[in-house]
Amino acid sequence: MYRTKSGEEIFIIDGHTHNWNAAKDNIKNIHGQQFIDCFYGYHSVLSPKDQVWPKDKFDRYGPEQMYQDLFVDGPDDMAILQCTYLTDFYKDGFNTIEQNAVMKERAPERIILNGAFDPRDGEAGLDALEAMAEKYKIKGVKLYTAEWRGDSRGYKLTDPWAYRYLEKAQQLGIKNIHVHKGPTIIPLDRDAFDVADIDHVATDFQGLNFIVEHCGLPRLDDFCWIAVQETNVYGGLAVALPFIHARRDYFTNVISELLFWLGEDKLLFGSDYGIWTPRWLVEQFMAYELPDEVKQAKGVDLTLQAKKKILGLNAARLYDIDVDAQKQKIAGAREKVAA
Amino acid sequence: MTAALAEREAEVRRALDRVTDPELDEPVTDLRFIEALTIDPDDVVSIRFRLPTYWCAANFAFLMASDMRQEVGALPWVRAVNVTLGEHMYAEQINHGLANGLSFQAAFGSDASAELDELRRTFLVKAFQRRQEALLRHLLRLGHAPADMTLDALLALPLDEEGDRLRARYLDRRDICARPGEQLAFVDAHGDRLPELAPYLRTLERVAINAEFNGALCRGLLAARFGADGEPTLLDFARMPPRAA
Repeated sequence: MYRTKSGEEIFIIDGHTHNWNAAKDNIKNIHGQQFIDCFYGYHSVLSPKDQVWPKDKFDRYGPEQMYQDLFVDGPDDMAILQCTYLTDFYKDGFNTIEQNAVMKERAPERIILNGAFDPRDGEAGLDALEAMAEKYKIKGVKLYTAEWRGDSRGYKLTDPWAYRYLEKAQQLGIKNIHVHKGPTIIPLDRDAFDVADIDHVATDFQGLNFIVEHCGLPRLDDFCWIAVQETNVYGGLAVALPFIHARRDYFTNVISELLFWLGEDKLLFGSDYGIWTPRWLVEQFMAYELPDEVKQAKGVDLTLQAKKKILGLNAARLYDIDVDAQKQKIAGAREKVAA
Repeated sequence: MTAALAEREAEVRRALDRVTDPELDEPVTDLRFIEALTIDPDDVVSIRFRLPTYWCAANFAFLMASDMRQEVGALPWVRAVNVTLGEHMYAEQINHGLANGLSFQAAFGSDASAELDELRRTFLVKAFQRRQEALLRHLLRLGHAPADMTLDALLALPLDEEGDRLRARYLDRRDICARPGEQLAFVDAHGDRLPELAPYLRTLERVAINAEFNGALCRGLLAARFGADGEPTLLDFARMPPRAA
């Protein structure tokens, strides 16, 4: 819970968090090492200096630290916990649903547990998705189209098997598809961050919501163009938001473009924890004002109401969360722990 | 080092100054991608370069390496150029391809579906747009009407140091999009007269936003990855000029 100076409570749903394991004994090969090293690069570059962690803590922080950083020291009321399997890089996977389920048990009223699928798993993967939906009652999945799998260096959402998985997700009531557009490596000569496949699937699956993590950066122009045409495409602010500290002018450009093209109802806050912690992100975002000349030039504003939507209400809508009822449940769970 | 060798090394560096990262539109030298440079007694130049992450796009790496070979190989005294890339997921294929003078497709086989010319062109156009936007905004602030300005008028315009730099940078890329003999100083990416300026500039601005995202992250990641060298520092990350309002 974040409280404004005037005492108003802002309900925060952190739309993008991880509980990963990149400890040395879980790393399979150089790719796994380089993957976490790259994440640590992002962390150390965009975090305020006093928020930078030692590397061994970053490799594996564990559920207690996570609970502390999100819900005790941090302002999150709830967090969407995403999976990233990367089983070609990490022995037991980087961030699997089993690992994340520990967090869900730790804080059942606060954690929204999301699943994952990979269309390259074929028929067996469809069954696994069904089992996952049944066991964990998931309403969302995170897809990592750039994941390596054997000789494959990634897939597109428009692949025929991806369509079968999306159809299955729709049947199972998994309606929120978070897509991380990382550098898709194959074919090697294409622009590495192509977001065009989102356009196709968003048109073909009107019953699904597509949350494009990192707003398609660095292809913001393409992403905005797609998002403005498709009513079911949302932008996740993970990675874009930390620029608020290190490069405020740049953040102003990004957020004003997103407000202009997508609008305040289509943007979701996400810390990308443990790459960044939510406390400083939310504090800086709440303190942030769009400069007057930008408001005038672009005809957009970032009002308190807009901030509330971005920080929680939009995600609550996508995940069918009744905010007032949820506050009661969270308070109830806290009392139970105290007793 | 003898004076002659030092001069040759300086020549190689100047040649490398002309090689840009296609995405960032900045010289590989300024970005500190060049890790080592040697010239052996047989006038063979060896260049080792690095990128901000192990995952940086292979196509861009290959483009930059090819451009380095071409620019340095064009120096009259150079007998051969070896370019190698360190610590990259495709270092082996890229280095093998470079050492044997292979095309991108030959180096990567079926993983690459076409050659790099189209990609090179795409990013040269983006560079053209960014440089044009910077100059257009500068001229507008000074009260000029750039849409109707001829090339001759632009060339004759007295500008301060910053304006002069922006003009030179733009003119260096103008031929990417302007037709031969074009009289207008400014044309769009298709070579046509500029449309209404305000919305046009907004479009160009989004091109710049993307490039800045990459630029800021690249510098930062390079610092995080190779910070132990003492360079570049986080100052490099912060040094990007604030965007003009």
